[in-house]
Amino acid sequence: MERRHFLKVLGGGSLASAVPMVGCRKDAFQEKAVSLRDIPKGQMTYRTDPHTGEKISLLGFGCMRFPVKPIGSSDDGEDVIDQEMVNEMFDTALEYGVNYFDTSPVYCKGRSEHTVGLGLEKHPRESYYLATKMSNFSPVTHPKEASIAMYHNSMKELRTDYFDYYLVHSVGNMELWQKRFVENGVLDFLLAEKEAGRIRNLGWSFHGEKEFFDYMMSCGIPWDFVQIQLNYLDWKHATGRNVNAEYLYAELEKRNVPAVIMEPLLGGRLARTNYKAMTMLKSARPEESAASWAFRFAGSPPGVLTVLSGMTYMEHLLDNLRTYSPMETVREDEKELLENVALSMLEFQYISCTECDYCMPCPYGLDIPGIFMHYNRCLNENNLPQNPQDENYRKARRAFLVGYDRSIPRLRQANRCIGCDLCLPECPQRIRISEEMFKISALVERLKQDA
Amino acid sequence: MLRKIRIFLAASCFTLITLLFLDFTGTIYKGVGWLAKIQLIPALLALNVGVLVALLVLTVLFGRIYCSTICPLGVLQDIFSALAGKFRKNRFRFRPAWTWLRWGVLGIFAAGMFLGAGTLVAVLSPYSSYGRIASSFLAPIWAWGNNLLAAGAEQVDSYAFASTEIWLKGITTFSIAAGTLVLVTFLAWRFGRLYCNTLCPVGTVLGILSRWAIFQPRIQADICNGCGKCARNCKSSCIDPKSHQIDGSRCVACMDCLEICPQKAIAWTTFPTTSQPQPQPETSSMRRQFLTALSTVASSLFLTQAKPLQAAVREGIKFDGGLAKIVEKTAPKRVVPLVPPGSRDRRHFAQHCTGCQLCVSVCANQVLRPSEKGWTLLQPTMSYERGYCRPECVRCSEVCPTDAIRRLTRAEKSATQIGYAVWIRDLCVVETDGVKCGNCARNCPNQSIQMVPRDPQDPESLTIPAIDTERCLGCGACENLCPASPLSAIYVEGNERHREV
Repeated sequence: MERRHFLKVLGGGSLASAVPMVGCRKDAFQEKAVSLRDIPKGQMTYRTDPHTGEKISLLGFGCMRFPVKPIGSSDDGEDVIDQEMVNEMFDTALEYGVNYFDTSPVYCKGRSEHTVGLGLEKHPRESYYLATKMSNFSPVTHPKEASIAMYHNSMKELRTDYFDYYLVHSVGNMELWQKRFVENGVLDFLLAEKEAGRIRNLGWSFHGEKEFFDYMMSCGIPWDFVQIQLNYLDWKHATGRNVNAEYLYAELEKRNVPAVIMEPLLGGRLARTNYKAMTMLKSARPEESAASWAFRFAGSPPGVLTVLSGMTYMEHLLDNLRTYSPMETVREDEKELLENVALSMLEFQYISCTECDYCMPCPYGLDIPGIFMHYNRCLNENNLPQNPQDENYRKARRAFLVGYDRSIPRLRQANRCIGCDLCLPECPQRIRISEEMFKISALVERLKQDA
Repeated sequence: MLRKIRIFLAASCFTLITLLFLDFTGTIYKGVGWLAKIQLIPALLALNVGVLVALLVLTVLFGRIYCSTICPLGVLQDIFSALAGKFRKNRFRFRPAWTWLRWGVLGIFAAGMFLGAGTLVAVLSPYSSYGRIASSFLAPIWAWGNNLLAAGAEQVDSYAFASTEIWLKGITTFSIAAGTLVLVTFLAWRFGRLYCNTLCPVGTVLGILSRWAIFQPRIQADICNGCGKCARNCKSSCIDPKSHQIDGSRCVACMDCLEICPQKAIAWTTFPTTSQPQPQPETSSMRRQFLTALSTVASSLFLTQAKPLQAAVREGIKFDGGLAKIVEKTAPKRVVPLVPPGSRDRRHFAQHCTGCQLCVSVCANQVLRPSEKGWTLLQPTMSYERGYCRPECVRCSEVCPTDAIRRLTRAEKSATQIGYAVWIRDLCVVETDGVKCGNCARNCPNQSIQMVPRDPQDPESLTIPAIDTERCLGCGACENLCPASPLSAIYVEGNERHREV
C-alpha cells in the first residue's frame, strides 16, 4: 500500500480529530468566539450603497473556498462540496445579519454557483444580495453567445432572475478588456441588462496595472462599484504587479464609488502570521485573532461596502461575525501597529499566493497553491533551512522535507513543474509560478543532498 | 547454562539482523551491517577469507554454533519449533540422515554457483531466504507501524516520524518468500531442524566439519540409563540413544539435550566417551521435488489507464481548483537491465548476488526491486517509475554483504556510469503538447542534458533535450521527472559494464 493511499485510509480518523482540535485551540485563547451566544445578534455593521440606498452587511460571504469532502479513496483530488456544512454556515450568516453573497461561475471547480443556489433556496430572495461574475478564463467562453450563455446559466444555478451585483471578472490590462468584453459586444449586453433591471449594480474586479485602473475609472462607464484587493499589507506594499490599495481606494472614494474588498486576509496568510507579527498583534489585543485585525483594517475605510471572506469553517464565520458585530474601527495608533506588522512581514520573502486556485488544475499535476503554502508556512515557522552552519539547520531541514512529503504527494511537487507557463496568465497576484517552482525545487534538492 | 548462552546469542543476532531488514532509514546498518557480512554464503561470494576461516575454525572447534545462533533462518525455525513444542511434548525421534538428499542439494547449489545461476544460489541460501521473508512480510508491517506513528505525529505537528511508502516490489520474489516461509514453518513445526539437515547447503557443508568438531555434546554411556528423553527432544533428530551416539554432522549445538537429560549424562566435551565407531548414515529414498514448486508467476504489477490528460484540461471550460489526474508511469523495456552503481558489470553482479533483498529494503528511492525474470530472478534490478538513484545515496553499496555491490563513496558514485539516457521524440511533451519543458535538463545532477532548438534553423523555437552520453550517469532523474506518462519520453538504457566518467 502506498503512503498516500494509507493516509487516505486514515483520513477519516485524522479529519475527525483535526476539526475538534481547531476548535480546542481557539477555545484556549479566545473563549468569546467559540459559541454563538457570545455574538450579539442584530449588531452587524452595515454600509449604505450610495446608488440603491440599501444596507449591505460589512461581512460579505465569499463563495470561493467552500468546505469539501473527498470521494472514496481516490487520490486525484476528487471531492464534493459539503453542502450541509455550507447550508449551516449560510443559515448562521443570515441569522446574524450577513446579506451579501459573492460567487462566480468558475469558483470551486465550477460548482460554487450551484452550491450557493441550493444553500439560499429556502431564504426569501429579498433577504440577501447576490453577486456573481462574467468570468473570462477559457477562450471558449469569450465569444458573445458563450458569454450570454454563461450569464443565463448563472441565473439558473442561482435560482434567480436578477443579480444585485454583477461583475466583469478580474480584468487588469487593456488588451484583455478590449478583446474579451468590448469588441465582441459583451459590455453592451451587460449595459442593456442593467438598463432592463436584471443587473441592479454593474461593477468589475481588478487585478492588474495602474494605468488600466485609471482608464477604467475615467472611460465614461458608470460603474456602480469596484472590487479591489485591500489589506494592511497591500495598503502600501502591494506585491508583484498589484497596485497599492491605498491608491485604489483613494481613487474610488474620490468618485464616490463603493469598494468591495477581496483578499482581506491574503488567502489566510494574515491569519497565520509569523511569530513576531503574532506577538505584536497579541500584545495589543490578547483576546483577538490575527484575522480580526485584518478584517477591522479592511472594513474601516468608510467607502468600503463589504469585505468578502472566503469562509471554509464555521469557526471562520463565527470569528468574523464577532469582529463585525459591530466593527470597532481601527484607530490611528492601531494603523501604525499594522503598518509595523506589515513591515515585519516584508522581511520574509513570502510567495504572495492567496490560494485562490485560479491556476488550478495544473495540467501536469502540480499542487501549486499547496507547494506555496508549505513554503510560506515553513518561512513563518522558521523552518526554511538556509545555511548548514545555522543552529537549527538539521531540525529545520527535517521539518521542511518531511512536511513537504506530508502536504504534497511526490508526483505533485515542485520538481514536476516543466515550466510550460500555462498558469502564468491565470495568477491574479502575478506570481512567476514556474520560477518559484524551480527555486523551491532547487532548495529541496540541496536539502536532500545534504543528507 | 550453555543453552541459555546459545538462546541469548541467537535472540540477539536474530533481532539485529531482522532490524537490518526492517530499517528503511538506512541508519542501523552502521552498527549491525557486519552481521550480514559474517553469513557464510555472502562471505563466500565476497571471498571474505577472514570470515570464512573464522567460521570454519568456529565449526571445527565447537560444531554448528553458526546454525543455532548466527543463521537467522535457523533461529526462525527454532522459534517455530519451540512453539510447536508447547503443544506436543517429546515429539521427535531419532532418524537416520538423508545423506543422498543432502549431497544432492549441495551438488545443485555448487553447480549453480559455478555456472553463475544466481537465482538457484539465492533460493537455496538460508540467509537470503530469511532476507526475503523479512523484507516481504515483516518489513511492510514495520513500515505500516511507522506510518501509523507518522500519521499521529502529523496530528501534533511533530516531525519525529516520516511516512514511508509500502509497495509490492516483485510478485515472484514475494511468492518465493511465501513458499519458503510455508515450507520452513511446516518442516520446523513437524520435524524441527529437518530443513537445515537436508536442504540447506550451508548445513551440509558445516556438517562435514562439525562431525569432527572438538567440542560436541557426547553421551556418557556409563551414566546414561537409556530413557531416550534426549532423542525425543532433539530437534535435529540426531541422537541415537540405543547406540549412545550423537550424529555430529546434524547436531546444531543447541545444548537442549544437556539440560533435558535427567541423568546429566550428556556433556559438551572434547573427549569421546566410547570407542564405538560412528554408524554409517543410511541413504533415504525420500525425494522432495520442492524446487518444482517454485514456478514463476509472471504478471504485470501496474495496471494503468492511459489518458492524455494535458490536452483534455485545456479543452472546454477551465474551472478553478482541483488536481489533474496523474497517470502512473510504467517501466520501459530496457535492452540491458540496470544494476546498481558499484556492481561493476552485469555478470559480476549475477554471480555474486545472493538475492537477500537487503539492498532492496534500504533503497530510499524505490528504485531497487527484485528482478522478475530469467537467471537473475530474485536478484535486484533498477527502475525509475517511482524514484531515481539520487546522488547522495550509496546505501545499497554499504549494506551489500556479498561484494555484488562494491562499497562506493558519494564521489565515486557520481563518477560511475551505469547506463545512459535515450530520448524518444514521439513521446516528448514538446512534441505532443507543444509546450516548453526542459525538466530533464533542469534536474540532471550531472548537467549532461542540453536543451537545443527543435528547429535548427530557428533559434527561437521550442527546445528539445540533447544528451551527452559520455557524461550521463544513468541515474534516471530525467526518466523519473519526465512529464510524459505512462512511458517517459527519456529513459535510461543499461550498460553491460559500468564505466567511470
